[in-house]
Amino acid sequence: MSGGRTVVVVGSSIGGVRTAQALRSEGFDGRVVLVGEEAELPYDKPPLSKQFLSGQWDADRTVLLTPEAAEREGIELRIGVPATRLDVAAKEVHLADGTSLAYDSAVIATGASARPSPWRPESGVHVVRTMADSRALHEDLRREGPVVVVGGGFIGAEVAATASGLGREVTVVDPMPTPIGRVVGPEIGQYFTELHHRHGVATRFGVGVEGIEGSAGDLRVRLTDGTELAAATVVVGIGAVPNDGWLADSGLPIENGVMCDEYSRALDAPDVYAIGDVARWFHPGHREYLRVEHWTNAVEQGVCAAHNIAHPDDLRSYRPVEYVWSDQYDWKVQIVGRPTRGTRHELVGELTGVKPRAAVLYTDEDGHLLGVVTVNWPKALVQCRRMVTEQASFDEALGKVKELAAAAPPRRAASTDTGGGR
Amino acid sequence: MPVLKADFAACQGYANCVDAAPTVYDIDDDGVVVLLRERISEEERPHIEEAARSCPVSALTIEDE
Ligand SMILES: Cc1cc2nc3c(=O)[nH]c(=O)nc-3n(C[C@H](O)[C@H](O)[C@H](O)COP(=O)(O)OP(=O)(O)OC[C@H]3O[C@@H](n4cnc5c(N)ncnc54)[C@H](O)[C@@H]3O)c2cc1C
Ligand code: SF4
Repeated sequence: MSGGRTVVVVGSSIGGVRTAQALRSEGFDGRVVLVGEEAELPYDKPPLSKQFLSGQWDADRTVLLTPEAAEREGIELRIGVPATRLDVAAKEVHLADGTSLAYDSAVIATGASARPSPWRPESGVHVVRTMADSRALHEDLRREGPVVVVGGGFIGAEVAATASGLGREVTVVDPMPTPIGRVVGPEIGQYFTELHHRHGVATRFGVGVEGIEGSAGDLRVRLTDGTELAAATVVVGIGAVPNDGWLADSGLPIENGVMCDEYSRALDAPDVYAIGDVARWFHPGHREYLRVEHWTNAVEQGVCAAHNIAHPDDLRSYRPVEYVWSDQYDWKVQIVGRPTRGTRHELVGELTGVKPRAAVLYTDEDGHLLGVVTVNWPKALVQCRRMVTEQASFDEALGKVKELAAAAPPRRAASTDTGGGR
Repeated sequence: MPVLKADFAACQGYANCVDAAPTVYDIDDDGVVVLLRERISEEERPHIEEAARSCPVSALTIEDE
């Protein structure tokens, strides 16, 4: 068995925590150390633009691992201290407090950071990646005054929805004509733009930001078309960059993420794994190197790496079907597979009105089901996720989704909350 | 014997559990998780534990009875 071996996991958010736990589920009985740079207990990120940002959830609900749970599962927590260096030859992780940890296997799960704002007025500009970021933004959103969100991707859209829910007047700016179109195609992307408008949020898409001046409470956002927006608070959501800087002198191949093989092992260093937002691994199904910034990917890749560490004689390659969700206004959006690889799509249901229910299926010339976007329809998502995994044909999938639609007609508006009294 | 529990009010229909362990978790028309069974064997436990931990809102637990 694994007796006497030590695994050091660096990065204590969703990927790192789930890897450490999965090592136990996989029967690893050696030592597991979880290192994290932030002093907070390991916490989860999706609520930081949603329930935590709005004030609906307190910090406790975002905690991924309590000290009690860590102890129960035999995970040594070393939080509040960043790793500064990886010595692959000596098999040691060096920490900022001058100590080092010897490992038999190391897992790099240091994730990503918000891409910093290129515009730096005195104050009032936020990014959202950490709990501290979200807390600071929440404070500013409670004040009167308009909010400008730069970046119309998922995080920008979620922040806009949350800010408008808190009563702020919001404008979203993005140089792309349909920002979500990058993920769902321009035609369906247009519905996401209308979703903002339906909730009283303005968009300035196809226009870039030239500069931001002023300070918190009194900012001016200058746009490339010569116009200017006044804002009390600005949020910049323009993507993330992998936290691989601490590995610069490790000798590991790094290319905008840690380069890994299909088993999530760093190239040329089979004792080192990388998972989650920081990993760029070879996906054997798609036959290309990919880096994915989605929650479910961090969990599934962590579980796969844990399996491979616990069972070196039974290596499993990591070949996931992409899956991401986003909550915007009254839409619960779920996306599976690779919609933008399609050349044609079909919409089942509606994407207008209050709390609509719909699925959009994407296909290529060969008639394969490549990806699906659902809105407020988890049941269809489950079926489609299975069908994308099984590489079902587009026609078969479309038939199934239409059947599902006929079997359970959409419930309109009235039922705003699910669950409860069960 | 391990017993499955679900917090139906917390469930958001993300469906990661259904994807990971379709033999015990399903989803209903309202997008809420359904437990197909409550009792599981010790052999199944590690796999189902991983499925439960793939829930983004921690709605799923496994208890001992
Ligand atoms: C606001 C927000 C909302 C999101 N919403 C969704 C969503 O709705 N759906 C979805 O699928 N995905 C969402 N995501 C993406 C998802 O949260 C990420 O894909 C996921 O967090 C990646 O997990 P990770 O563990 O790989 O990296 P991270 O979550 O980035 O965690 C990395 C951890 O490593 C630590 N660390 C970094 N460097 C070091 C070091 N040198 N030493 C020690 N520790 C270090 C960091 O402090 C951090 O705790 C969202 C992300 C954000 C920021
Ligand atoms: S993963 Fe969690 S939120 Fe999603 S369906 Fe299962 S229980 Fe519900």
